[in-house]
Amino acid sequence: MTMQRLSGWGRTAWTVADVINTTDENIMRSTLASVGKRGAIARGLGRSYGAAAQNAGGTVVEITSEHDPMGIDAVLDPISGILDVASSVSLDSILRMCVPRGWFVPVTPGTRFVTIGGAIASDVHGKNHHFDGSFGQHVLSMTVMLSSGEIVELSPETNPAWFWATVGGMGLTGIVIRASLQMLRIESSQVRVETERLANFDAVCDAMSGDGEDDSYRYSVCWVDLLATGSSMGRGVLTRGDHASAAEVDNSDPLHYDPRLRVSAPGWVPNGLLNKLSIKAFNEAWYRKAPSKRHVGMESIPAFFHPLDGVNKWNRLYGPQGFIQYQFIVPLDRTDVLRKVIETFSSAGVASFLAVLKRMGPQNLAPLSFPTEGWTLTLDMAAGTKGLAELLASVDSMVLDAGGRHYLAKDSHVAPSAVRRGYPRFEEWMSTRDAMDPAGLWRSDLARRLGLVDPRRNS
Amino acid sequence: MKNGVGVAQNIVLFGGTSEIGQVILRRVVKPGVSRLVLVSRDIDAANRVSQELVGAHPELDVHHVRYEASDAASMEHVVAEVADSIGDIDIAIVAQGLLNEGADYYTNPADLVEMVNVNFTGEMVLLYALASRMRGQGYGKIVVLSSVAGERVRRGNPVYGATKAGLDGFALALDHELDGSGASVLVVRPGFVTTKMTTGMKKAPLSTNPEAVAQIVEKGIATDKKVVWAPAPLHWMFLILKNLPIAIWRRLPI
Repeated sequence: MTMQRLSGWGRTAWTVADVINTTDENIMRSTLASVGKRGAIARGLGRSYGAAAQNAGGTVVEITSEHDPMGIDAVLDPISGILDVASSVSLDSILRMCVPRGWFVPVTPGTRFVTIGGAIASDVHGKNHHFDGSFGQHVLSMTVMLSSGEIVELSPETNPAWFWATVGGMGLTGIVIRASLQMLRIESSQVRVETERLANFDAVCDAMSGDGEDDSYRYSVCWVDLLATGSSMGRGVLTRGDHASAAEVDNSDPLHYDPRLRVSAPGWVPNGLLNKLSIKAFNEAWYRKAPSKRHVGMESIPAFFHPLDGVNKWNRLYGPQGFIQYQFIVPLDRTDVLRKVIETFSSAGVASFLAVLKRMGPQNLAPLSFPTEGWTLTLDMAAGTKGLAELLASVDSMVLDAGGRHYLAKDSHVAPSAVRRGYPRFEEWMSTRDAMDPAGLWRSDLARRLGLVDPRRNS
Repeated sequence: MKNGVGVAQNIVLFGGTSEIGQVILRRVVKPGVSRLVLVSRDIDAANRVSQELVGAHPELDVHHVRYEASDAASMEHVVAEVADSIGDIDIAIVAQGLLNEGADYYTNPADLVEMVNVNFTGEMVLLYALASRMRGQGYGKIVVLSSVAGERVRRGNPVYGATKAGLDGFALALDHELDGSGASVLVVRPGFVTTKMTTGMKKAPLSTNPEAVAQIVEKGIATDKKVVWAPAPLHWMFLILKNLPIAIWRRLPI
């Protein structure tokens, strides 16, 4: 074990913990047996933006297998497409293994550098949420190590309460050891993408609304220019598509997959490089680059699903003070709130390099799963932005008053009350959690800040 | 816990009635701060301070702890009492201190002992107790109100200058010692600050006010600085003053 300074992907709120890197169940078990009163939490590739996978003054069990000389611990049934995989394995490794064989992950977030354990604990979603739901809905079963060291098998059939408390449970119910996933059959590694430029916020909402044609696309997401004002406020570029058939791909090897990293962000980027001016210029160029008329083209899996993964360590672009990502959801009929939030950010001059709007499908059975029917907006901003705490607090109230909620895997600032208001089944989750972990061993910085664990126990 | 936008949930002020301390609180208490502890000798006076803050932040949960800043032996217990009431200490602002400008230590040596106990001995033991707790937490920030008076001790108030010189050196070394623990110390070196402590005194060059100091402290916490000067140009002024030959230093009207 070594003392290590950790943060999330946003590189804010660093704390120090005892970190042990292992995929060995016996080592995990003996580590848990010797954990002190500040508890333990599992960590994967550290892609959640806030403090979900760090534990100040406690223990962090880092479970990754990126450099395992034995290769990846996963078995794919080529007939059923069921993948039996260790929690340490990343979506990146799975895609490398499975895409050439004609299988795709059922759900991928904007980065493929997440582990299976992290994907389940955050119940990640992707551009297909309105079509396929979130990650946990494709998990057939999983094994979980409880704080006692005991390993239990959970599935929606055998132990639904514990299974769904673990899906989206932010690692606070136990350590996911293995999972069995239903993969998606694909004929090619290309995505047929329709790109459309939309002149303002109303056009964006119309194009993505459920009454429109959006439901006929498996993948759909809209990039929004938060710095555009006046009549072009909320303008965007909508991209929608589905996996291309083999016949559509003009290639002798339609399943060829080569996700090479292109460049690395340097380590010396100063605070403030991504500022209002540079982002405004980028947004303008990005918007103009998109065709003004609907355009259909082919894109590779990395280009369509993981564009940011092309830049290794892109989180450094915000400089040493780091950045925060803000993602919330409001019900479908509350586009007024969405508009108000966008106006609030753009009039405060908050520059967001990435702002993405998506219409989500129905909520699954997990009490702490973020996606629910509605509009989700995701934006990121420099953590050092002046007056950010006050600005976000006012936006938080708008979101919560409208019956919305915040995504815990990205959260880095909301108040404890935001979880209780945003997630009506929170108390139910807490009691399941307490039953799974009577010793109160699991804790993370996120859990401490939001009171996701019993505050009377230790600290 | 601290959050991603630089807001700490649990803040403690030692020297709960200190004017600079209060002004710093007004700046660092913002949405996201949930618990505040004022540690002071006079709880009634500290209560008046907290009422104003609660007025501006109704969700704020305020606790009071009584202590004697000169009582070094009690510090460990005081810090434990604070932690019992709020859990982790995210930011501790240590603003206890006496100035005793114009005191005559020849006739009142007891005043000298009292000042050393408050400004140096008591505070040093307090800082150790805080550092030990924050080391266990894996994070935490201690803000120490030092003074430029410790940079080069002047004839006008030698005991004050000497306590600040000692405290400042100790605090910097403590931060060094905490390296890698997640906890850290911010040393604040204000120049002449116009407060009730300095009423009636002649203003020194580059004098400042509590609001300006608080602003600098807030920024120093956010950017994880080791030392901040208030105002910033004092840094350069003292680089010169510190290195003046004694003969010249003694001729300066300060």
